[in-house]
Amino acid sequence: MHGLANPARFLRFARWLTPLCLGLGLAVTTGALAYGLLGAPADRLMGETVRILFLHVPAAWLGMAGWMTIAGASVTELVWRHPLAAIAARAAAVPGAVFTAICLVTGSIWGRPTWGTWWVWDGRLTSMLVLLFLYFGYIALSDVARRDGGNGRVAAIFGIVGAINVPIINRSVVWWNSLHQPPSITMGKSAIDAAFLWPLLAAAIGFTLIFAGVVLARMRAILADAQAEARLRRKAMVSDPFEALA
Amino acid sequence: MAAIKAKHQRLVLLVVALVVVLSAGILAAWALKSQASYFYVPSDIVAVPPVATRTVRLGGMVEKGSLKTAPDGVTIHFVVGDGKARVAVEFAGIVPSLFVEGSGVVAEGRMRPDGVFNADNLLAKHDENYVPREMQQMTKDQAKKVVAETQ
Repeated sequence: MHGLANPARFLRFARWLTPLCLGLGLAVTTGALAYGLLGAPADRLMGETVRILFLHVPAAWLGMAGWMTIAGASVTELVWRHPLAAIAARAAAVPGAVFTAICLVTGSIWGRPTWGTWWVWDGRLTSMLVLLFLYFGYIALSDVARRDGGNGRVAAIFGIVGAINVPIINRSVVWWNSLHQPPSITMGKSAIDAAFLWPLLAAAIGFTLIFAGVVLARMRAILADAQAEARLRRKAMVSDPFEALA
Repeated sequence: MAAIKAKHQRLVLLVVALVVVLSAGILAAWALKSQASYFYVPSDIVAVPPVATRTVRLGGMVEKGSLKTAPDGVTIHFVVGDGKARVAVEFAGIVPSLFVEGSGVVAEGRMRPDGVFNADNLLAKHDENYVPREMQQMTKDQAKKVVAETQ
């Protein structure tokens, strides 16, 4: 981990890993979604609407995985003062929020024909909406820290405390009666037929690669931004020595 | 006394903070246990019948063979059960497409004095099973054979 603490070394590593993740992820996702849309069978009860599964479920997983990335990176930032951890946490926030939003929107669209409603305030739906708001809060906090030159410690603490919502989302359908069904995949067992399960897992892998690629790309952008800013500041100091003294 | 490394001090502090936050969250979730439920199951309704003026949600399984359509063609009667108690439900309107016997349902409405639950709205609950349409009539062994043949 500390081998990559050097931003220059990380950038060398990320330069080829970013397009690899994005390219492979796009290919796998396109294949999985195309199969899910055209090849997978219709469900016994839900019929053709089951195909939204291949988008909804990976989005939900990545929405939660995104926050765990923020929390993990925040712990690393606070305890080990790893220079890239804060950048990784900031980079994961926007794609995590996007996946959470995709999950909520596709779930709503799926709910209308199957459950008979766009939205209900049950435990699962509500806790997932809370996750989206947590993302908004985190993005705002980390943005302020960056602009005002703070150390981002408040954002890191928020990222760690907010992680409490992830197990609540996961358990919401077990602890409370809810309209959303209980988990289909539990500890090595699946109530999803193989005809749906394999394209679902392929889509999940594809989306995860895209997520990783986007996080790496955003980390590179944040580093480049910081570099450009430092260079501009140095330039300004050289051209106007009195401003630096003022 | 040997000085504790700053790094380890931060780690211990963080672990302590995490444990506190985690237990607080779990305690809060536990306290919400009954309040955060989306519906009452039939045993709750039978044990403490809600007053007729209050709108409540009743959730459970639509009992097999209990679904009947009234002569007017839009009013339906069925029984919701949870294995321990049963509640008769009346509903007039369009049912969601997933509403079938032997499947989950959430009914919003009021308990009538005669013991029948008058639903204004029905929501279908899907279970955790995803099964292709072609395989629903097959037994597990038959389905396995079909899967093996196609692979």
